Amino acid sequence: MTTTTLPIDESRLARIALVGPPNCGKTTLFNTLTGSRQKTGNYPGVTVERKSGRLRTPVGHTVELLDLPGSYSLRARSPDEAITRDVVLGRQAQEASPDVVVCVTDATNLGQHLRLLLELRQLDRPLILALNMMDIAQKRGCQISIDALSRQLGIPVVTTVAMRKHGVQDLLNQIDRLLQQRPVADGATAMDAWEEPSPDAIRAYHREVERVLQEAVIQEGAPERLTRQIDSVLLHPVAGPLILLSLLFLMFQAVFSWAEAPMDAIDAVMVGLQQWLSAHMADSLLKSLIVDGIIAGVGGVIIFLPQILILFLFILLLEDSGYMTRAAFLMDRLMSGVGLNGRAFIPLLSSFACAIPGIMAARTIAHPLDRLTTILIAPLMTCSARLPVYVLVIAAFVPNTTVWGGIGLQGLVMFGLYATGIIGALVVAGVLRLTVLRGARQPLLMELPSYKWPNPANVLLGLLERARIFMRRIGTIILWVMIVLWCLATFPSAPAGATEPAINYSFAGMIGHALAPLLAPIGFNWQIAIALVPGLAAREVAVAALGMVYALSGNEEAVTEALSVALAQDWTLATALALLAWYVFAPQCLATLAATRRETNSWRWPVFMFVYLIVLAYLAAFITYRVALALGGG
Amino acid sequence: MNRLSEQERRVFEAGCAIGLGFTQPLSLMRCGGVGRILAVQASDGNQEVERGLLEMGFVEGARVEVLHHGFLGRDPLAVRINQTMTVALRRCEANAVLVGPLRDAALESVPVMTLEYASS
Repeated sequence: MTTTTLPIDESRLARIALVGPPNCGKTTLFNTLTGSRQKTGNYPGVTVERKSGRLRTPVGHTVELLDLPGSYSLRARSPDEAITRDVVLGRQAQEASPDVVVCVTDATNLGQHLRLLLELRQLDRPLILALNMMDIAQKRGCQISIDALSRQLGIPVVTTVAMRKHGVQDLLNQIDRLLQQRPVADGATAMDAWEEPSPDAIRAYHREVERVLQEAVIQEGAPERLTRQIDSVLLHPVAGPLILLSLLFLMFQAVFSWAEAPMDAIDAVMVGLQQWLSAHMADSLLKSLIVDGIIAGVGGVIIFLPQILILFLFILLLEDSGYMTRAAFLMDRLMSGVGLNGRAFIPLLSSFACAIPGIMAARTIAHPLDRLTTILIAPLMTCSARLPVYVLVIAAFVPNTTVWGGIGLQGLVMFGLYATGIIGALVVAGVLRLTVLRGARQPLLMELPSYKWPNPANVLLGLLERARIFMRRIGTIILWVMIVLWCLATFPSAPAGATEPAINYSFAGMIGHALAPLLAPIGFNWQIAIALVPGLAAREVAVAALGMVYALSGNEEAVTEALSVALAQDWTLATALALLAWYVFAPQCLATLAATRRETNSWRWPVFMFVYLIVLAYLAAFITYRVALALGGG
Repeated sequence: MNRLSEQERRVFEAGCAIGLGFTQPLSLMRCGGVGRILAVQASDGNQEVERGLLEMGFVEGARVEVLHHGFLGRDPLAVRINQTMTVALRRCEANAVLVGPLRDAALESVPVMTLEYASS
């Protein structure tokens, strides 16, 4: 190994890495420093992607700031902690090790958090310690001598309050000072010298932390009480699970009731637009494309924006407040019964919004088999893209009545669909762990962070991000699929003197009729068969496609009529229930399969996922259809 | 995995109740129980479990307090370490943490009676 160091390329931006344990406010500090926005959560390991941003230091250096996933030590236990280790050690492909490492710690928990700093100090990189959340520590009466701490550790120490931007200037000044010195660190030796600490080495770190704190801490803070008091209710053996269940139930009821008004408003706008265009445009192919293709299709999807935002609002609030880890705590025993880790609850709950962030969040699960199981069952959690289908079918077939004192029947059916997905997921997980993914049970070691008020700016930015992603999908993939589908449904046009609706003679009609025999045993008609094909690209497109198929196959009145009314006339109850059962399991989303391919780094698992899901979906739909027929639902 | 028989369990708990200062694994402590960690070692010598526990703050000499149990089979446990950090862990790993009575610093020199516990 060469000992000469490479000359530093002046054109290269200096790189600053933020390293720290989970929940120390690292991401908030990153946001404050760079002004760039991203998701910050309270669950250990919410930062699973590489986040970087640029900033100018007081002296005028432009530096690149890296936000690394939270980690308790350099000895990585999960894929996202491995990213932190590899970047800091300079092992990450195509990335030199950072020029300055800023170790962020929670000032209220120095006893546990300083160990990571000691590990980092071994690496001999320019290092700064940022004591974050200093305001909370002081409020609890904690007094720390910064000078003594800096002297004991031999590195610069700054105090920050990331939420209120305190101390940021100090931190930048220190970064500038270290960059000016630009110590020619012997990267190669330092990095190679690092090895995983043995248990006794970790004990030695503990003793060293104790020694340092004895010198530096003038007055210890009073222990936090509020979180304990809240936990004594929320983690109570009886009250805890009941509260969790009520919260989830409230969430799904809210998705229905709160969204009603904005959805009606969007619907009114879309119908008005259609009517106005119908009245003011001459009959032509262009009019058909706009009215039947784009507005009927895209409008049918955009209407679900309020519901998706309400769902995400709940998930963001639960994450930011710190309740998510409590949910994981409560669910762990139940989930370990089928060989899953309580930690899997967070990726799985995120999957209710969308399976893709859920699959990515599974990176925080340390063990590969646990992680793979979580990824494979994530699509069984009812994602928000399935909502449009559920809402449409339920609205058409389930009466809007209340049962048992104010609980809506429609909401109850929806809850049942979600529950079916969850139970299905647990069964699948259990079967997987007994067959293809056999292995030992893995430990659960998870910090339960202090509760805090969700940061309104964080939540608002998270919601805006979701709305943006949803609208972009509508503007790109859904719009294009609708245009292609419109072409398929319109050409070739019906022969002169045809008695059937035009769509019967089109390519789409042919595809639908070709698939119909395959789907007849589960009660699907050719209209559904057409809708299922583009639904592969994105689940919610199926609703848009149905809207278009029925718009094109009906008369002029049907165009302006609500789709649910058309469905109620055309389908039997058995067909509707079979479609719901199909949608609980069906692998109708290419993006999820692509994410699985990326996260598992092989084609094997996405193919496995697709096959098992489609078999389950067909079986579930078949059983539902036959049972419903037998009970007189035909 | 380290499992204690029902009888051993009763001995530990009785010892604690009358203040004899018996030691017990963290996994057997009641809700609200407080103690000091005497040893962290997996019975099967699993270094991975040991290191994981040490990294989350379960180290010899640390004060632990069991705050909550899960609602099924009293599993997992939520444990407060040194009054600063709360960690959730399963009974199975908590078996590797041996806890003795909490004593004042002045009494630290008093030898703590330890009971060998069976490993199977």
